[in-house]
Amino acid sequence: MHIAVCIKQVPDSAQIRVHPVTNTIMRQGVPAIINPFDLFALEEALRLKDRFGARVTVVSMGPLQAEGAMKKAISFGADEAILVTDKVFAGADTLATSYALGAALRRLNETEPLDIVFTGKQTIDGDTAQVGPGLAIRLGFQLLSYVSSIDRIDPSTREIVVHRRAEGGVQVLSSRLPCVITMLEGTNEMRFATMPDMFRAARFEVKQWNRDAAGIEDIKQVGLKGSPTVVNKVYAPQPKAVQAEFITGDTPMHQTDALVTRLFADHPKLAADLVAHLALQKGSSK
Amino acid sequence: MSDALDTATNAAGAVPRKKGRRGQLDARYAAYKNIWVFVEHERGILHPVSLELLGKGRALADMLGVELAGVVIGPEDETTRSFCATAFHHGADICYLVTGDIFTHYRNQPYTRALTDLVNTFQPEVLLLGATTQGRDLAGSVATTLLTGLTADCTGLEIDLEDRSLLSSRPTFGGSLMCTIVNLNTRPQMATARPRVFPIPEPDFSRQGRVIEHSLPMSEDEIITKVLDFIPDTRTDKPQLAFADYIVSGGRGIGSAENFELVFDLARTLGAEVGASRPVTHADWVDAERQVGQSGKTVRPKLYIAAGISGAVQHRVGMESADVTVSINNDANAPIFGFSNYALIGNALELLPALAASFSKHLSALTDTDQGAGEEKE
Repeated sequence: MHIAVCIKQVPDSAQIRVHPVTNTIMRQGVPAIINPFDLFALEEALRLKDRFGARVTVVSMGPLQAEGAMKKAISFGADEAILVTDKVFAGADTLATSYALGAALRRLNETEPLDIVFTGKQTIDGDTAQVGPGLAIRLGFQLLSYVSSIDRIDPSTREIVVHRRAEGGVQVLSSRLPCVITMLEGTNEMRFATMPDMFRAARFEVKQWNRDAAGIEDIKQVGLKGSPTVVNKVYAPQPKAVQAEFITGDTPMHQTDALVTRLFADHPKLAADLVAHLALQKGSSK
Repeated sequence: MSDALDTATNAAGAVPRKKGRRGQLDARYAAYKNIWVFVEHERGILHPVSLELLGKGRALADMLGVELAGVVIGPEDETTRSFCATAFHHGADICYLVTGDIFTHYRNQPYTRALTDLVNTFQPEVLLLGATTQGRDLAGSVATTLLTGLTADCTGLEIDLEDRSLLSSRPTFGGSLMCTIVNLNTRPQMATARPRVFPIPEPDFSRQGRVIEHSLPMSEDEIITKVLDFIPDTRTDKPQLAFADYIVSGGRGIGSAENFELVFDLARTLGAEVGASRPVTHADWVDAERQVGQSGKTVRPKLYIAAGISGAVQHRVGMESADVTVSINNDANAPIFGFSNYALIGNALELLPALAASFSKHLSALTDTDQGAGEEKE
């Protein structure tokens, strides 16, 4: 069984700050991490490695600095790491990304056929959730998105049964390998790196594939050129025209009393609705 | 994977790019016209986001002077057909209808094929879907098959009348800034929009429209993935945040999972749902289901109380449609005060219990007056 896990190195967005005057991003000192959603994909792949002796290859498209994320994935127990990296990939939107990454995965598939391609459900910097579905189309694999658990894999019949988060419930799906699975968050917990794997990661040479190595023929489909969507404007949202009213008081209690008095006086309907809402809740809980 | 962030990096300060690309729309897209909304449903229940999008789509279609169409794909039955009527009531002029047994449950393969086929046949200039698990699954597959651009999880949709392009807005850089994304050289211009961002329009039950039936030659044998079962969510095991009228949310400023009990206490006093900002759900103080914001839920409550939340764009887009917002923060310069109605500066750990007590007091006073005024006949 051969499994590819697509990961992305992202800036830890919790630590990104915007310059208060110029509205530009302050990148200095923001640490790079593996996209947290991808860790659920990686752990699920490693579990299949434990169960079936699958070979796990992590694949990422990004700049050379993304090697750090690849080595981290090796330290968790991945077997191979391929960084798809080329200047022409810069500025890719999701369509151009799925083209380049799809080409690399097809190349990988030619040398060692892939059974499952895992991705996280989305990244924390782009938040689009589009590359996983895009890859399934590029590869011609079945798409199983928002998977919360893998119930069964039968390597002989190649049947796979998964739970998939849907609107208002969970779908139990039966499908067939090869497939693309985007893992839901919170579905497993990333293991700790073992000492031998950490040593292996430190010395590990991440493979670098440029556009030729990835088998990309049509350069018009990658990077900025291959991206139909462009960012037209980046801006900080304006504060609302209505100024917040600052409510003060000598003690917290005075402050909150003043607030509630004011709130109910300004919005009598809100107060009445709230009373009715609480009466209803009380009634239904009896 | 690479997406808006990288594009934004490249576009930072390069605003004229749109102008540079203007007029390069391929001739084969010249005939693409009208605005489409994918009408989403699961097990016979229409997703409200489709009605929200029909309302927004109506406004966009009027600006462009084109028609608004709903796309209904489903099993051949009365319920599926009734969705066409519902789409008309909410603003659609046309409904494209594809029915068959293979569409009984949502599955990526047949729905992708049907929607792609409709687009290629009838050629819309804009295609909108809800940013739900179904809508995002389908949109990503359809856009890649059509090789067109798709903007995810929009919180704003406008039209640039100068070149008739769709302007899709969404937060970027981890939710610290907003960006507007355009799709100038391919059609349709696709976008998914977050549920609850746009209001559901008042239905007009006298409105009618044209149903255009389309058939898809596809049999069950061609479809690899089968639905074995559907386990519906029980109403009680998940917070009903998206539709709550009263929400008390806590942020990083609350300090710890233990302190978060104070947020739950105030929520209980008000019969409110508990929400949280992203750092809180990432730190596992509360369940991820409670996250309000771009990567969580979008809410439209009557009252939103935010405690210890600074107000990053990522959170703001999830709650700014609240009727009334009360914010508690110890930093007088916290961005959240820029979009709140009432501001309390101070320690949230002191103010939360005080607020619960104040609400209790005032609410019971109101209840007493009500009972006094009304003649109670028990």
